[in-house]
Amino acid sequence: MPEGRPRVGLFVTCLVDMMRPSVGFAAVKLLESAGCSVEVPQAQTCCGQPAYNSGDRADTRALAEQTIKAFQGFDYVVAPSGSCAAMIKEHYPTLFDTDPEWKDRAEDLAGRTWELVSFLTDLRGMTAVDSRFAGKVTYHDSCSGLRELGIQAQPRQLLQTIPGVELTEMVERDVCCGFGGTFCVKYADISNKIVTAKTDHILASGADTLLAGDLGCLMNMAGKLQRRGAAIEVRHVAEVLADMTDQPAIGQPARRRA
Amino acid sequence: MQSTSRDFKDNARAALANQTLQKAMKHVKTGFIDKRAKARDRLPEFDDLRDASRDIKDHTLANLDFYLERYEEKVIASGGQVHWAPTAEDARKTVLDICRRVDARVVTKGKSMISEEIALNQAMEEAGLDVVETDLGEYIIQLRKEPPSHIIAPAVHLTKEQVEADFRHHHRELPPERPLSEPLQLVAEARQMLRRRFLEADVGITGANFLVAETGTSIIVTNEGNGDLTQTLPRVHIVVASLEKVVPNLEDVSTILRVLARSATGQEFSSYTTFSTGPRRPDDPDGPEEYHVILLDNGRSNMLGGQFQDMLRCIRCGACMNHCPVYHAVGGHAYGWVYPGPMGAVLTPNLIGVDEAGHLPNASTFCGRCEAVCPMRIPLPKMMRHWREREFERHLSPTAVRAGLAVWAFFARRPKLYHVAMGLQARLLGYFGRASGRFDALPFARGWTKHRDFPAPEGRTFQQLWAEKQSGKAPR
Ligand code: SF4
Repeated sequence: MPEGRPRVGLFVTCLVDMMRPSVGFAAVKLLESAGCSVEVPQAQTCCGQPAYNSGDRADTRALAEQTIKAFQGFDYVVAPSGSCAAMIKEHYPTLFDTDPEWKDRAEDLAGRTWELVSFLTDLRGMTAVDSRFAGKVTYHDSCSGLRELGIQAQPRQLLQTIPGVELTEMVERDVCCGFGGTFCVKYADISNKIVTAKTDHILASGADTLLAGDLGCLMNMAGKLQRRGAAIEVRHVAEVLADMTDQPAIGQPARRRA
Repeated sequence: MQSTSRDFKDNARAALANQTLQKAMKHVKTGFIDKRAKARDRLPEFDDLRDASRDIKDHTLANLDFYLERYEEKVIASGGQVHWAPTAEDARKTVLDICRRVDARVVTKGKSMISEEIALNQAMEEAGLDVVETDLGEYIIQLRKEPPSHIIAPAVHLTKEQVEADFRHHHRELPPERPLSEPLQLVAEARQMLRRRFLEADVGITGANFLVAETGTSIIVTNEGNGDLTQTLPRVHIVVASLEKVVPNLEDVSTILRVLARSATGQEFSSYTTFSTGPRRPDDPDGPEEYHVILLDNGRSNMLGGQFQDMLRCIRCGACMNHCPVYHAVGGHAYGWVYPGPMGAVLTPNLIGVDEAGHLPNASTFCGRCEAVCPMRIPLPKMMRHWREREFERHLSPTAVRAGLAVWAFFARRPKLYHVAMGLQARLLGYFGRASGRFDALPFARGWTKHRDFPAPEGRTFQQLWAEKQSGKAPR
């Protein structure tokens, strides 16, 4: 580990940037409390998953090169998303199999890149957070973070150090929510079936708050819960860990409900 | 079998609306998954065995010609015959020729996906043969004139009430008032109907889970015992198997067997694991007079050395579909051809073309659960992505998708412009969505808002707020 305060480049992710900047600020707060100095390169946009998963190699590669350049020189690169972190960590190097120079650069970035919560616990050794959040919480394991990066215990460990949090697990907590990026619009009816089952389990858990580490999945589940008229609040786990839950939950109106 | 993979979306819609199917599919979602998990937990070296199994198949595929030739020599040495079938048509013709030569009338069959792949039943029936499926699930779907919906549980899409109704309809000779609502009663009745057929059969056809190069043995892994009766009672035994079923030796078979049943049904071992080597020898108590192996290629050798070679490691355990949320939602028939679920999404385009089966590798969330459970560690999502890349290169992807992607990529590749555009979009959507916090309809996101609300953005982008904060202003 580098001496002193490591320099962390925040990979904001395109969804957090556009939809829910408060998650980005929660990430910054957590990273700073873990002793890091945080910078946000302007030259970043999206990790490229929409192109990658649509078979568009040329645009994927261009975005990967853009990201690699934008995050040169940082000790670590941290994203508040398992799927974007996994894209950089696991998939970028495979894009350059015929280009050794870029492959080296991609591997170098992959080696420095982390998903937020696992970075805090596994690398920075964070064992507790200081948060006054109170609620009965259920946690959804998003697929990429779970299966590509092994993130499952870490967010739960930190959540359990919040006195007001009661963790209540749903069944099939590790099963896909049906988002799948463009899948949810290309195969809308199948996605609907999957997210309906997921929201059944969320409702059955008795939780009043649903948390996860990926905004795409959260928007999908929040949108379905709200369409079903359910009152469960949906938030990114970073908001709760950072004690930054003043803004309305995902999909809730600007003024706090009574 | 005629493919309807092109109509995947329509098939899926019909499946989602089919309440009986949805009821039947609930069992897949729980039964198989829990049993596999328990079986895995009881075997500490399970993951090491997966690695070893993968390595065995990789080695075999790298030397496939060598092992196939050895296998052929051994089959011949034990008195059997090997027929190489480059295409499905060749395989069908070979089976029919054998049946004709031995003057067969009744043919019994053990469960075989290769038989489905080459549409063997239809060809034999057209040739006037009386074809009897003897696996319970296959027997049921044969009565219903349906293809299998799962590679190890062909009738998993049916409820027991449906099977009862089918049996009452087809077994007219049995007393109508007999009790038939329990699974055990259904099994007993199928047994009773099949017993006579086993004895009548002139030819028995089975698939193979393994072909052993060292000994010329074909192996079937079953639970009902029907496979044994199919291959030992008739005068002629025909094995239909694809090339990649070959493994070097019996040691390798025992390694892979340890992950096969556990991954498939959660059993440590299936009830029957049956080895056949050649026809009956003079002092054998039973066995067929003739033993034939039909080795089917049907596009597989094209997969060697390419992006899809790993798929040839597949041992057809079904774990990938058992754990697939898309398969759970729509069932196997929606996939439109022989092989459903994740393994079908990779294999089917290889066998019938991506023009025909292009939907299958796209209809995945890439949740990765299939790869996580595959005993042969086949990177299924990665290979589905390869298909998407080929479709994209060949401009087979839908125009709307390509156009949307092009606009998005134009901005995403220009960070300055992108941040301005996102800032405007966040502000616009944030403004209109402020009051309710979400949209229940959005003209450009109908696929989304058809089934769920779209959350309104907070109104400013992170990059805007961060820039303000850096220049000394308050974030909001
Ligand atoms: S792809 Fe893997 S999990 Fe699926 S059937 Fe083949 S071996 Fe089993």
